[in-house]
Amino acid sequence: MSAPAKLTAVDLHAFFRGTEVLRDVSLEIPPLSVTAIIGPSGCGKSTFLRCLNRMHELTPGAHATGRIELDGQDVYGRDVDPVHLRRRVGMVFQRPNPFPTMSIFDNVAAGLRLNRIRGDHEASVERCLRQAALWDEVKDRLGASALGLSGGQQQRLCIARALAVEPEVLLMDEPASALDPIATAKIEDLIHELKTRYTIAIVTHNMQQAARVSDRTAFFYMGDLVEVGPTEQIFTTPREQRTEDYVTGKFG
Amino acid sequence: MPAAPLRALRNPGDRAWSALLMVLGGALLAVAGIIVLALWDVARPLGGVVSLKQFVTGQEWDPTSDAFGALAFVYGTVVTSLVAVVVAVPVSVGLGIFLVEMAPARVRPVVSFLIETLAAIPSVVYGLWGLFVLVPWLRTSVEPLLGRALGFLPLFQGPPIGLGYLAAGLILAVMILPTIASITIEVLRTVPSTLREGAYGLGATRWEAIRMAVLPYARSGIVGGALLGLGRALGETMAVTMVIGNSPTIQTSLFAPGYTLPSVIANEFAEATGEVHTAALAGLGLVLFGLTVILNALARLLVQAVGRGPAMGRP
Repeated sequence: MSAPAKLTAVDLHAFFRGTEVLRDVSLEIPPLSVTAIIGPSGCGKSTFLRCLNRMHELTPGAHATGRIELDGQDVYGRDVDPVHLRRRVGMVFQRPNPFPTMSIFDNVAAGLRLNRIRGDHEASVERCLRQAALWDEVKDRLGASALGLSGGQQQRLCIARALAVEPEVLLMDEPASALDPIATAKIEDLIHELKTRYTIAIVTHNMQQAARVSDRTAFFYMGDLVEVGPTEQIFTTPREQRTEDYVTGKFG
Repeated sequence: MPAAPLRALRNPGDRAWSALLMVLGGALLAVAGIIVLALWDVARPLGGVVSLKQFVTGQEWDPTSDAFGALAFVYGTVVTSLVAVVVAVPVSVGLGIFLVEMAPARVRPVVSFLIETLAAIPSVVYGLWGLFVLVPWLRTSVEPLLGRALGFLPLFQGPPIGLGYLAAGLILAVMILPTIASITIEVLRTVPSTLREGAYGLGATRWEAIRMAVLPYARSGIVGGALLGLGRALGETMAVTMVIGNSPTIQTSLFAPGYTLPSVIANEFAEATGEVHTAALAGLGLVLFGLTVILNALARLLVQAVGRGPAMGRP
């Protein structure tokens, strides 16, 4: 790694109702690259992602200790407003969650309105929909309800919505797990495009997906970060036995 | 091996069950129909004295001289119920948002219990409280203040009497609050947390998440709760009778005394002399029934109109 990390977790512990779900995780996420986070269900990978933009603490009974640095600045610092943090570190969720009462246009514009970004909303919405590779499919029905879209289109709409806020980092929590293979392929292509502008961390169940889209891969198991390294190395010559067992399909 | 027949009889248990449900559903409609028919039968002698149009649009009510005009009562019923809904809905929605979105988990059951307790208080007790507490307070404090602050509106002009539309509306507001609030709470609980997270993920504050993700999703359910509350307010009798002032006139000012359909029926039924007076009261019952149906239908149309299409408009 040459450039300084965009996001850095240092000695991160996360708790849910007194249970420690993440133990002493230290991990660096380099800028303008894709970091995949893999591991079996319940290993803490989603929790880790949700700590990065302080979504974890919104769950009742959840808290975290340790440090997370965005460009070297502690996001858990006393004077940090999590609302402001989340505008810099956007998130795409496992299930597409467009706002059901809003049109396609308004879903994308929602973030602009939240941030009181002035100027040409129509141009911004078009730009985000193009970045999310959705524009051609929806340009003739921007006023229609977002619920009329297919699952894959809804997820790309949610990506466009997240991009509209112009975040620096995009966190993706199993963004394709509810989608069919064709929609999944579109999302993966999109991730390739997006990493030229955004730093991306993606949690995935799907090891082939991690291998296809990511530059670096982190393997979590039972709340521990077992191993992190270049994706190719993790999948071909892992240092840890547990990593090898997982990526070769012996468990999980 | 013989092929099983495709056209087997449906499961007899299923059929019995659906027949039972059909009977129950039909019975509900039948009861409503029978009530209307019975009222109609009692009201029949009224036809010889006033026409339907005179009855519904007439403003004078004087049974001793056979003057039967229900408009003042219709007006009083509608105005008091609207005051109740206008006051109770914001309070209920605020309460619901506080309980579901903000209150610590320990507070929730306590407040829910208090809300349910409100619903369990008999309406005559509300009436007593209205008469001895609310009405004097309105007369000495609230109505003079409203008159000074908003006296340019016809709604808030005139002498502060205490007894009147405002008192009845406020009592009704307290009485329908539990209905609207508990429905609002249930509806807010059904809002998927993924929607809240979607808003938070964009950098929404708590209030922005509520406004952007929670309320639009819950809107039609909240309106449904308001409708149930409205229905209850339209028919409420005892508490309203005690504080409305029982004056069969139409007045613009909310401070003025008025009368409502259920109150007239309750007050005059015991002393109704003669067939025609009784018939007129039954007629009021029918008018109340019709009014409820019309308001509910209007409200439903309203819900459909606002429920359609995206919330934020263009394009």
